[in-house]
Order: sequence, then structure tokens, then C-alpha cells
Amino acid sequence: MESAPHDAEPTGNSQTSIGRTGPEATSIGLIDAELAAELARICGPANVISDPQELRTYECDGLTAHRSTPGLVVLPQSAAEVASIVAACATRGVAFVARGSGTGLSGGALPRADGVLIVTSKMRNIIAIDPASRRAIVEPGVTNLAVSKAAEPYGLFYAPDPSSQVVCSVGGNVAENSGGAHCLKHGFTVHHVVGLQIVTPQGELTWLGDGTGASPGYDLIGAFTGSEGTLGIVTKIVVKLTPIPEAVTTLLAAFTTMGAGGAAVSAIIGSGILPGAIEMMDALAISAAEAAVSCRYPEGAGAVLIVELDGPAADVEAQTAAVRTICTAEGAYEIRAAQDAAERAAIWTGRKSAFAAVGRISPAYIVQDGVVPRTALPKVLDRISELSAEHGIRVANVFHAGDGNLHPLVLFDDTVPGEQERAEILSGMILDLCIEHGGSITGEHGVGIDKSRYMPRMFGADDLDTMQLLRCAFDPGGLCNPGKVFPTPRLCGEVPGVRHAPHPLVASGLIDQF
Amino acid sequence: MTVLSVPAELTSACAHVLPGGPADAVAGAPARFVAAPASTAEAAAVLQAAAALGLTVVPRGTGSRLAWGLSPDSCDLVIDTGNLDQILEHTAGDLVVSVQAGVRLDDLASLLAAAGQRLAVDPPDHGGTIGGLIATGAAGPLRYRYGSPRDLLIGITVVRADGTIAKAGGKVVKNVAGYDIGKLFAGSFGTLGLITEATFRLHPLPESTAWLTVDCPDPASAAVAVQTIADSPVTPSAIELVWPSAAAPLTVAALLEGDRPSVAGRADRLRQLLERATAGLAGADAGAAGEAFRVLSPSSDGRRRPGTWVRVAFWTGKLADVLGAIRAAAESAGLDPAITGSAGAGVLDVAVSEEAVADAVAGFVAGLRASLGALSDGTVLPATASAVVLDAPRAVRDAVDMWGPVQSLELMRAVKEQFDPEHRMAPGRLPGGI
Repeated sequence: MESAPHDAEPTGNSQTSIGRTGPEATSIGLIDAELAAELARICGPANVISDPQELRTYECDGLTAHRSTPGLVVLPQSAAEVASIVAACATRGVAFVARGSGTGLSGGALPRADGVLIVTSKMRNIIAIDPASRRAIVEPGVTNLAVSKAAEPYGLFYAPDPSSQVVCSVGGNVAENSGGAHCLKHGFTVHHVVGLQIVTPQGELTWLGDGTGASPGYDLIGAFTGSEGTLGIVTKIVVKLTPIPEAVTTLLAAFTTMGAGGAAVSAIIGSGILPGAIEMMDALAISAAEAAVSCRYPEGAGAVLIVELDGPAADVEAQTAAVRTICTAEGAYEIRAAQDAAERAAIWTGRKSAFAAVGRISPAYIVQDGVVPRTALPKVLDRISELSAEHGIRVANVFHAGDGNLHPLVLFDDTVPGEQERAEILSGMILDLCIEHGGSITGEHGVGIDKSRYMPRMFGADDLDTMQLLRCAFDPGGLCNPGKVFPTPRLCGEVPGVRHAPHPLVASGLIDQF
Repeated sequence: MTVLSVPAELTSACAHVLPGGPADAVAGAPARFVAAPASTAEAAAVLQAAAALGLTVVPRGTGSRLAWGLSPDSCDLVIDTGNLDQILEHTAGDLVVSVQAGVRLDDLASLLAAAGQRLAVDPPDHGGTIGGLIATGAAGPLRYRYGSPRDLLIGITVVRADGTIAKAGGKVVKNVAGYDIGKLFAGSFGTLGLITEATFRLHPLPESTAWLTVDCPDPASAAVAVQTIADSPVTPSAIELVWPSAAAPLTVAALLEGDRPSVAGRADRLRQLLERATAGLAGADAGAAGEAFRVLSPSSDGRRRPGTWVRVAFWTGKLADVLGAIRAAAESAGLDPAITGSAGAGVLDVAVSEEAVADAVAGFVAGLRASLGALSDGTVLPATASAVVLDAPRAVRDAVDMWGPVQSLELMRAVKEQFDPEHRMAPGRLPGGI
């Protein structure tokens, strides 16, 4: 969970203004009884929520620090209904925000008090599985894991696997260009989407691409995927399916220091092996995980590395041996290997519980999602540790080491005066550190509402201006999820806050967080 | 004959500007001037000058794929990227390289090979520049495993029509900050702006490669072979098909890459799977025991023959139908084209002889599009296949609709309108006047 309050002053660099405010500047209409009645006609009264208490259910997504009660919530059941809803909003100048399962971690689906929230969770038909073409056609509310389950009888799976895959929706995955622990080898959502039916911000249904992955004209699928719900609403998705690997092996290696673990990561990649996933945790993250789920990682570990290899059985066997040799050479004092699903789950337990687990060792925390080039990892981790000491704020490190995607957990006690501010300053400094090393402010969580103020640190005014051209082409009225991704004035209705407890879905054990 | 003098605005913007000659024409459109900036800043100055002068602009690399697509409506200024030839940064440990757009693919490949790495693209002629690669979306057999250039592109620097320099993406493989302008420019044929720099994700250069081939008597058995390879656990890097003429057998080929023992082991497994799968098919030959596989790269013959080149994209499960449709449409038009391409990825290239009469080629393309249209019942997707004429002799260009039907043309026009409101960047190269 990232919990930097949205109104916090940017730290470090001052926020620069951008040349183009984009379509945000246009006036926003109001929801009135007439619009509510029309939406009820479109979706049926049972699928329109206006009761203030019920509306609060939708006040935030997975990033609970940002909250705003939507003006109205609609739950359409078809693409045609979504188109009619958007058209009704567009003609009245009313803003609208799409939401899938609400598991996003950057506030991308944060509603607007003056807008309509369009929830796609009732659109969950798997329309077709074409095993010969290795394609599936699904509605946006279908959960990520449901696609793989439907494809499994054909020996296929849907490769992107965000940690919330049990509940997160494919529509949301498209909006966020979701990755997952295994995107190091298998790629992100954008590498697996070959057709999108969308409702444009004007309320028109249209198809981007034809499911081939090689349709003529501009790559609007590539431009749309990861646009965080600002270019339209997805109503059908054609995805590629991938053959299930013949063999999978998961290794857990314990090192006394982070430096040794990092050296092992570099040596593995340098040897030409491309694992499905390489994950790393530091001592503080391990101790949190032990406290929470008793994962029984090797005692005394300053760092643990989880390496998962997949592919043809003989290759996996050879690569497993090679990775063992490398880890031992780099100082691993214990290596465990999982051969079946149960053993694999045991190794992953600690890693998967890490985010929620820090709640055991800290009253509040901020999670960042910065990325650095893999070779900069040792330097950046050292610097984070120095910054942590300088600011008197603990930082637990849990990250996708293979692609340099850090998830530093900045721990603080918000009952101690000034500690939250120090944590936010440190958090901003970590993002600056990532940018300084040629990295990114977000590897997979998205910019959303949470990191839009950091965009000018990574991109210049002309860069952001150019991105806004795409926005203007799709959404000249500025009604489609306004206020996200790009730095803009504050939204109405948001309440700055801090995460105290895990997201309800995490607490209930429904989803894991990476 | 008038000799054009180069406007002062251009000469002061760029150290290398010359009047255009006959060889500088782009797909038949004569070029008035050619500028060859050596940096992004210089390129921006050139585009600012072009904007001030109201010049139409066509970017050019080595020109190897410059004939692809419709001829531009006009081409006042060619921006040649030949001087943008610097490899900016290769961080081997990160498997990432940043280059200027004019870097040649073969030069880059040599540099990366020295570090045991590669950019996993293999367009048919193995030539051209990085900028051209991105702008045309050119891909070869490796498309099956690694996708097209857009899938490996992680950062881009472009200069817009008005001279504004813009960056998107970055130098890390995992990054979702901001819109992916790189994907938008991939396959844009120069119509949105000039690509000046690009950053790519790299892959290790495999120690060993092997092509395993199977000859098939008809499209149905070729489809079985392709499906067998795709469904197998041997993780092929490419699944290609070659069908030189209607009377010839079809050859299906799988590319295996990796460590030597791994490739040998997987080739052995695949050969057995193919033998089993094609056993009941008369004339199928998965290779004799002594010749388990032989090296063959269907696209290794380098440059394409002159003539008309149609790219057909489709859902791979329809391979047999598509092959049948191509042959049927060709036969009706009295043609016997060669068919090659990435059958496993659903992309085939149809090469029609340059001697073919333009009307016959136009008839073939129209007939093929009608058959491809019938592959989808339209209940979910309006289309599930396309046939694009990428290159053709002048007479054929005049007789055919090069791009054919395109989805979401209005959105594409809106994007063009935002990036190039004066329609000066490679105007008319893409469908719908874009």
C-alpha cells in the first residue's frame, strides 16, 4: 500500500509546471436526477447505486489512503450499456471513472465526488477460448486467474500474474499494464493483449486491433494499455495464451548479506539464464514475514533470494543446477528447492505475505514502486540504508530483483509527531534516487492519483505535453478519469490518510500483495 | 532545369543539407531537400525550420524499407538519419542498449554479439536502421518468441512536427510511468514525427541454434505440423512456413535456440513429436533418422524479389484456411505467388512476381480480403485477419487499395491531428489519408 497523502508537499525537487494542462481544464458537469434516471433506464435501477452508505463501499481502490465517495455508481452488464452510460455522461459533461475489482495500488480508480463510477465487475463472461489460435476473448470484469483456469484444460495459461490475480480484473490489468512476479521472463499485459473493444470517451464502441497482433495502422492497443483508464473503457479483451511450461522449479537461497544476494542475481543473469522470477527480501522484511506467517526461512539470513525457473524439463534441471552453483559461489549458506506446488507455495509464503506482514512490526507504512537498472541495485540499496539511518526511519526491502523493481516499505509510527512527515520525505528521496540512477517512479503499480506529482521529476514539460496529445486525441472533453497520471490540481473530496491496517481483501486472505 | 537552392532556414539549422536528387525520391515522390542532422537537437532545429517553411517531411534511414506503404503525398524534405549513428550506451549487465535512430542493425548486432547479447529482431533483409525498424514494425522469424520491435522497445526520443523534443519510457525494462509513446510511434511510418533515439531490452545470444523442418503435402498437414510445434514443450523461437508455389510441397520449420545440449535434446523431442503427428499424412516427411534436422533459415536469402508483397495476418488456428484462401484467390487471378512467413505467429508474406499484371494483382488482393473477411462471423470481432500490400510496383500501387480496411480509423486520424495538425509528416503513407 502506498500511503503518501496526496496533498503532501513534493520533497526534493520542486514541482515544475507543465506546458499543457490537457483536457483537464474544461468544465465538469453535475450529476442530476435526470442523469440518474437515464442511467437507471440503461442498466436497470438495481444496477445504479446512489445510497450514500452503499456509495462508500467504492470510495477507494487498493490504495486506501486516497478516498472520495463517488457521485453515483453504475454496474453495467454489457458493452452496449457501458457505451450508453458514457454517452449519457459525455453529453452532460459529467466525469466518469472506470473500476474493475478495485485492487489497484496507485488510486487509479479513485472515484470523483462529482462523477459517475462505472464498475465492470458484472461483466465477467469468458466469451471464447480458441486453443488452436492460443487466444481468449474475455469481458473486463473477468478475473486474471479465471482466464488461466479456463485455458488450463488446453495446456495453456494467461501469463501476466499480478499478485492480486485471484480478484483483480483483466480490464484493470489492461488499464494498468499489470506485470507480476513472472513478468521478467513472460512480459507485461501489453505483450499479451492483441485486441481491445473499447468505449471511447464520447461513448462510441470500437475495436482496437483484430486479435492478430499485427493489425494495420497505429498501435492503439499499445498506446491504450497502461493508460490508466484515461483514454476510454475496455469492454472486451482478446489475450494471447501461452503453453504451460513443462517444468517449474523454485529455489530459495539464504545469504548473510544483501550484497552477496545481489551479486548472485547479477551472476545468474550474466550467465544467460532468464528465470521466470527472481525475488529478494532483506532481514527486516524476513523478520516481518516470520512474525506474520512463520515462513521458516533459514535462520540468520541477511537476505533471501527466490529464483523460479520454468521451461522444458531438461533445461530447468540444468539451469537449477547452474543457479545452485552460482548461489553457493556467491556465499549462500543454505539452498532449498521446491519440486511440487505445495513446496513452492511454502517458499513463496514469506514473500507473498511481506507487505501485509510489516503491519506486525510497524503501525503504519508507505510502499514505493520505484525501478532502477539491475546493475545499480547494490548502490541504491546501500543508499536507501544510509537514508534510513539518517532519517531514523526503518525501511524493509522486498523486491523483484530480476528487473530492478524495488518495493521499499517505509515504516513509521504516525502517533509520533513528525514521523509521518519524515517517512514521506524519505519515500520521496527514494524515488529521486531511482530517477537519478536512470530508473522509474513506478514499475507496476501505476501513477494514478498517488504519483502524478512525481511525474515532473521523471519527465520534462515537453515529454508530458507530448503524452497529453494522446489524451487529447481520445478524450478532448477531459471527462475520462480526469486528474490521474498527469499532475493537475487536487481533486475534490479526497481525504489524506495513512494506512493502518491491511486492505480488507488482504486481511481476509483473498489476495496477496507483492 | 532549375536547381533548387536550399533555404537559409535549413542551412542554418543543420550542417548537412543538400538539394534532393532522383535517388532521394520516396516511393515515387521527389524530394526537394535532404538534411542529415547528427543529434536530436540538430534534428529539432531542422524540424523547426521545416515547420516555419511549411515543408512536408519524410524520415529516412538506409531506405531499405522506404517503399513500404503508400507513397507520400509530397516530400519536400527528407531527413536522413545516417549521421545519427551513435550507440549511446550499452550496459551489458542490465541487458539494455540505447542508440541513435540511424544506427544500422548489422552494426548494432556486431557490437552486442561481442558481449554475448543481441537485440532479438531479425527482419527479412537483416538490414536497415533502428529508426526504420521501429517506424515500419519490421519483424522476422523471431517474432514468434520475442514479438515485434515494439515489444523490445523500452524508451524513445522523438522530435515532433513542430520541432519539440519528447522522451517517453526510460532505460529500465519495467516501467509504467506515463503513456507509452514508443508503442504509438512503432509502425507509424514517420507520420507522427521523427524518431531520434531508442532504448531496447536485450537478450543473451544463444550458444547454439537449429532449424528442424518437416515437408508437408498440403495446407492441412502443414497446419498440423505448426500446431504440433506450438503445443510442444520445446519452446521454439520461431515457427516458419515456406510454400514456393502451388505445385510445390510446403515446408514447416521450427527454430530452437539455447545451450548446445539443450538444443540437441529439444530437437530430438520435437522430431519425434512431428513424426508421430504427421505419420498418417501421405507425403509428410519429418526427416530421416540420419538427418534429424538440417539448418535452414527460410528468410536467410536476404533481399526480397521485386514485385508485390502482401502481408497477411490472421489467427493461427485458421492457418489451413488462410493458406487455402491465398491459393484460391491467386488461382482465380491467374497468379502463383510464393508464400513464406511466421506461420506460428499468424503472419505470412505473399510474394507476387513483378511480371504480374496490375489488374490481376488487384483482383487477387480483393479476392483474398473477401475470403479473410469471411473467416470471422462478426459476432464478436468485426475482423480477425488482414491483408496489407506493403510494397508493389507503380502500376499495382495505382490499382490496389494498399492498406485495405482498418479498424478505428477515426481514432487514428485524431492522433495524427494532435501530433501533426498541419499534415506535414510523411503525409498520406498510412490508410485514410494519414
